[in-house]
Amino acid sequence: MNKKATLIVHSGDLDKVYSAFIIGLGALSMGMDVSLYFTFWGLERLKKGNLDKAPLSKMNMLGLGRWMVRRKMRQAGVASLDKMLKDFVELGGKILACDMTMEIMGIKRESLRSDVISEYCGVGTYIKEAMESDITLFI
Amino acid sequence: MAEIKVDCRNETCPVPLVEARKALRRAAKGDVVEVTGTHQSSKKEIPMAVKAMGLELLEVEEVGGVWSIKIRK
Repeated sequence: MNKKATLIVHSGDLDKVYSAFIIGLGALSMGMDVSLYFTFWGLERLKKGNLDKAPLSKMNMLGLGRWMVRRKMRQAGVASLDKMLKDFVELGGKILACDMTMEIMGIKRESLRSDVISEYCGVGTYIKEAMESDITLFI
Repeated sequence: MAEIKVDCRNETCPVPLVEARKALRRAAKGDVVEVTGTHQSSKKEIPMAVKAMGLELLEVEEVGGVWSIKIRK
């Protein structure tokens, strides 16, 4: 059985979601299985058309910081979150969505990217995935 | 046996590693994948991934800041 990484994506901030995808893609590329468990603010990024519509966790400055960081990232040739998500799914990564958070935040399945979500689930699924994992992170 | 070329010059982390993995997944057993790039950490990390997946590292070369890595699936 492959080694495995399970990441909780609690934050919806642009920089942290980038970290989650970069780590997830790195693990897939090293031959691991990977699950990203989206909950709370992270779920905002799974709404249709919302993947990169995110603020920075620090120095957002009403969007100015975000604009500057995105410009720097483009100049440095950093891949878009769209490409990262597409590659993540192509390499067999699993996207899990927390259904309890969906309920309390009033998020309907129709508003989420069902094309990339492999499962709607609760904490039990996360723990089961985490028990089988060699790496778990909370982002 | 096919030889598959992946050009990742001027791409940064994690693209060369990810593109190498994508090409290796698509390749058939025995195919050779050659990745070229300029991102220095990837030059070290692609061989780490090759080892972790139990594949065969054939060659690592670098000329003028452009490296190329050959892997057999």
